[in-house]
Amino acid sequence: MNQAELAWRKDAMDTERRHDGADDPPSFESYARQVRQRFMRHKVAVWGLATTLLLLAAGLLAPWLAPYQPNEITDAFSAGPSADYLLGTDQVGRDVLSRLLYGTRVSLLIGFTTVAIYVLFGTLVGLIAGYYGKWIDMLLMRITDIFLSFPYMLVVLVMVSVLGASLWTIIIVLALFKWPAIAMLVRGIVLSLKKADYVRAGVALGYSTPRILLRHILPGASGAIIVNATFGVASTILAEAGLSFLGMGVKSPQASLGNMLHDAQSLTVLTEQQWLWLPAGFIILLTVLAFNFVGDGLRDALDGRQL
Amino acid sequence: MGELLKVDQLQIKFRSEQGETVSVEDVSFTIRHGETMAIVGESGCGKSVTSLAIMGLLGAGGTIAKGSVRFQDTNLASLPERQLRKLKGSQMSMIFQEPMTSLNPVMTIGRQIEEAVRLHLKSPRKTARRLAIDMLRKVGIPRPESIAKAYPHVLSGGMRQRVMIAIALICQPKLLIADEPTTALDVTIQAQIIELMKSLQEETGTAILLVTHDLGVVAAMADQVAVMYAGQIVEAADVYTLFRSPRHPYTQGLLNSIPRLDGGKGQRAPAIPGQVPSLREMPAGCRFHPRCPYAKDRCRERQPRLSFAGEEHQVRCWLAESEELESASASDDQRRKSVAL
Repeated sequence: MNQAELAWRKDAMDTERRHDGADDPPSFESYARQVRQRFMRHKVAVWGLATTLLLLAAGLLAPWLAPYQPNEITDAFSAGPSADYLLGTDQVGRDVLSRLLYGTRVSLLIGFTTVAIYVLFGTLVGLIAGYYGKWIDMLLMRITDIFLSFPYMLVVLVMVSVLGASLWTIIIVLALFKWPAIAMLVRGIVLSLKKADYVRAGVALGYSTPRILLRHILPGASGAIIVNATFGVASTILAEAGLSFLGMGVKSPQASLGNMLHDAQSLTVLTEQQWLWLPAGFIILLTVLAFNFVGDGLRDALDGRQL
Repeated sequence: MGELLKVDQLQIKFRSEQGETVSVEDVSFTIRHGETMAIVGESGCGKSVTSLAIMGLLGAGGTIAKGSVRFQDTNLASLPERQLRKLKGSQMSMIFQEPMTSLNPVMTIGRQIEEAVRLHLKSPRKTARRLAIDMLRKVGIPRPESIAKAYPHVLSGGMRQRVMIAIALICQPKLLIADEPTTALDVTIQAQIIELMKSLQEETGTAILLVTHDLGVVAAMADQVAVMYAGQIVEAADVYTLFRSPRHPYTQGLLNSIPRLDGGKGQRAPAIPGQVPSLREMPAGCRFHPRCPYAKDRCRERQPRLSFAGEEHQVRCWLAESEELESASASDDQRRKSVAL
């Protein structure tokens, strides 16, 4: 190479560098900032997040916040709200506010635990089915189809009555019927990502299959999973409320938002003792709305896989 | 120098719903330590498939039906998965055509380079990070410390290909397979990437298997060249011999079809008429005969073998065997020489 060519090459290289314009290359922090900004633009989502945090705090701090023990029987029965009992007491004389706090705690516990279990399981199934394909995919997806084709609420009701209602029965039963959705979602993403050049490059670099699945493919699906899980918490809490309302969920005396509604099945309570069901119903509404709004916000914020 | 990679009578089949197709047939070549071998050919001639087969990346439906790939005297097909993985990335590695999609978009560049080091060299994180930054500097990435913390989307195609090269070469493999490494890049960047690969090769002594359709890249980099047509090697020689005196009509056609500065005004570069035959409908006889200007009856009936036309110069052509071609192509000889130089 002669001098002129050398100089020219150097110049060309500099141009390329300038073209990169990477004076301050965006790092993970800047991506996180971007996501946060997009989320913050979503006013309802911010409200949702604040409410969610408030509810979580209420649930977690229930033992310290509640004025009475949730199952403690006071001397007032079906008393209306008063200075002693801010939200009144129920038919057996338990403080409604304390039960509401503990009920929120139980409902959130069911929501998060169920989602954690089925997201983990569904993701695993989806990863395996999508990556290995062939008969493994075939088999796993048919099993998924079977689970999806059950009349879900009916089977849940039957299972709860057979297994007996308890916190863990509800969690397991709800999780059992919710993983297929996640499995299908993750499988779809894996199907498109496994053909990506960077995955093939990983294979060419001698990475093991679990490493490729967990470190190279899963992060690409994490946005969709997080969003889905957020909505999942809301729908699980709703499902628990429904079950408990029907008397198939969390059993009294343990409080949950749903079985507090259960008490409102009599007409007298419904029309004359609103303090027994109105707060619980309101908290359910609030929780579900809040989680759904957060889900919406996250979906918009994480959308586009802009990393 | 000793043999590093020996591909022997490789046949690759793909199974699909329409049945089996043989996409590579009877491909043999040898790469010695530190040498650059180029496989050239049109799209669909089987050159990429050959390189993918060596790395075990054929994917679903593709199999090595016959023949063997020997790397440092071990047959890769007989190696258990675990040992094969150990080899890949450390002893032999690959860079791909499309730098824009070959890096994981959700991992920082530094992490992606470190991963290979930590896995194969078992280096602790700190050492890996240092090696990664050194390597980034070596492949000409400015401000490697901050780029290592960034995600791939901040880089241009040329820069990403540099990063790919860094990942591929950080464990100092003995063999680098480069599948059209410059095809997706701007022409100016192409030259830089080739220079980079050459200088790194000189430093580390890595042998390169270069898959390309760009004869300019071949002329700039290769020691040995194999020309593939319709799944077969039709001509193989060292780069000087091939450019100076190509014997196969297809190679001649390829070299003639390069646009030239001193061609007549308004004159188009001569193209090879016709198209690559479909893998399902291979013509009988020589696979090139429907497009060959010199085709004779014999070419339509019997397939020629790859035979020696000189020392280390192999051709798959009836005419080349019978020396008839020499006179037919003598007039083109002069112009081809200038292409080579």
